[in-house]
Amino acid sequence: MKCDKCDNEATVHEMIVKGGVKTERHLCEHCARELGLNPGGATLGQLITKFVVAPQGQPLAPAGKPAPARPTPPTTCRGCGTTFPDFKQTGRVGCSECYTTFEPQLGPLLERAHEGATHHVGKRPTRWEERSARAEADSARRERVDDLRRRLEQAVMAEQYEAAAVLRDELRKIESQGTV
Amino acid sequence: MASEGFIPSYETGTEWLRAGGQASDVVMSSRVRLARNLAGWRFGHKAGHGDRQKVLEICRDRIAAAGLSSVGAQSSSAPSTPPQVMWIDLRESPPIERQLLVERHLISKQHSKGKPLPDLKSGDIETTDPRGVAVALPDERLSIMVNEEDHLRIQAVRGGLALAEAWADADRADDLLESKLDFAYSPRFGYLTCCPTNVGTGVRMSLMLHLPALKLTGSIEKVKRAASDMNLAVRGFYGEGSEAAGDFYQISNQTTLGKSEEAILNDLAGQIIPKIVEYERKERRDLISKRGAALEDQVYRALGLLTHARLLTAEESMQMLSHVRLGVVMGLVSDVDLATVNALMLLTQPAHLQRVMGTDLDQEQRRAARAQLIRRRLLKTT
Ligand SMILES: [Zn+2]
Ligand SMILES: [Zn+2]
Repeated sequence: MKCDKCDNEATVHEMIVKGGVKTERHLCEHCARELGLNPGGATLGQLITKFVVAPQGQPLAPAGKPAPARPTPPTTCRGCGTTFPDFKQTGRVGCSECYTTFEPQLGPLLERAHEGATHHVGKRPTRWEERSARAEADSARRERVDDLRRRLEQAVMAEQYEAAAVLRDELRKIESQGTV
Repeated sequence: MASEGFIPSYETGTEWLRAGGQASDVVMSSRVRLARNLAGWRFGHKAGHGDRQKVLEICRDRIAAAGLSSVGAQSSSAPSTPPQVMWIDLRESPPIERQLLVERHLISKQHSKGKPLPDLKSGDIETTDPRGVAVALPDERLSIMVNEEDHLRIQAVRGGLALAEAWADADRADDLLESKLDFAYSPRFGYLTCCPTNVGTGVRMSLMLHLPALKLTGSIEKVKRAASDMNLAVRGFYGEGSEAAGDFYQISNQTTLGKSEEAILNDLAGQIIPKIVEYERKERRDLISKRGAALEDQVYRALGLLTHARLLTAEESMQMLSHVRLGVVMGLVSDVDLATVNALMLLTQPAHLQRVMGTDLDQEQRRAARAQLIRRRLLKTT
């Protein structure tokens, strides 16, 4: 098969289904690179190509036949509007939230691109750790406060005023330690 | 943070061409790049002009306030050139200045050009896309691209095999910036990057190797295969897609997820690179003992060509300088020093050549000027 853009043999095959419309591209390595597909360079690029092309190098759906209609539109990232087909085309995500939105699809892809790794190992931003530690402490305190309030209410209802006084003191102590 | 003019010491200064350093007969330089993005902002191609401008301002101000000039500062550096960080807004840089930065490996070609913005289809991208670079002077050991593919690309470089030192510099610069900025991060995927091939540590550790003997004997193919088996990338002198000009190869990690910076560092600097260095040295020794006359002939033919040619292309210069470099480090040539050869590799690149000559030159004029410059430097007639 010839490249869509020039006379070279096409070695990069891509099929994208977007809104029920199938588009195919068949390109030589040079033209694929020009279009930002970067077939040789990025392992991920190769993986994406493998992902959309059946092992024998044939497009998933035979040419000529209509592509199976998609019952649901592709998931869209709320942060930036990127869809998974967009990502497959560019190899780029548009924002942090894409990693959450496309986690089910990205997980296996990254696993293959990064020697089977599924989780980050190494440096973490200290500010992020502080932020998450603070968030954790906050939620722990909130739980404790809710618990004390509930028990205080019960003590008052049961007219156990001594126990209620102890709970009220404890509640005040915690509340004075930070905003809840 | 200075912002006027261009790198004053364009002729010297670049850390990565400094002769000396560990294993500098084979290893030209060690480089560590960190990809970082600001939390809460869209990435490169999905951000509009306004967002990119704001990200640029935030990053520029934080870089200026971070005290980065202390990172990797040489204790031996002359007191006349105090360390400082220079900011270059690439929208305002003339094309030749951006080309100089590319040739010095301070910015990528893509960063020089800028990127088309989703909300600004028309207009001159080069002068409108908000992007810049901060460069630590005088030795350029640290540079930070702002608004390249990722919001921040922190880069530290050292001459010779000094990956641990380069990593220490990049790590320290990252710490200093991170104390002022919230980086996009997730516990599962680590530092979040525009391209998921960089996610996790966001680190690329690379070494520029001079491998003329492995190239000559064809063993370079074995090295390339072994590198690819270990998921390492092999690139040319000017990175992705460039040819291995003058027998120079960049070897770098591709795996960034699930492997700590220390593990990547130890694999490369502790295991793989020393093996390649030894392999190259062994092939050099074998060449001397088995094909000594042929090797010496190649070196002196190159030297003869460089000192007599009247027109030289950049490619030919690089290839011939590579042969001469081999001759110098093997002691076959004694009246040329390594620093001169290294400097010529940079100064014969188009933008540097025009800067040295002090005038704009077309391609034909550059070939003549290049030959003249090389001849004069090698024959020490100024
Ligand atoms: Zn083509
Ligand atoms: Zn997104």
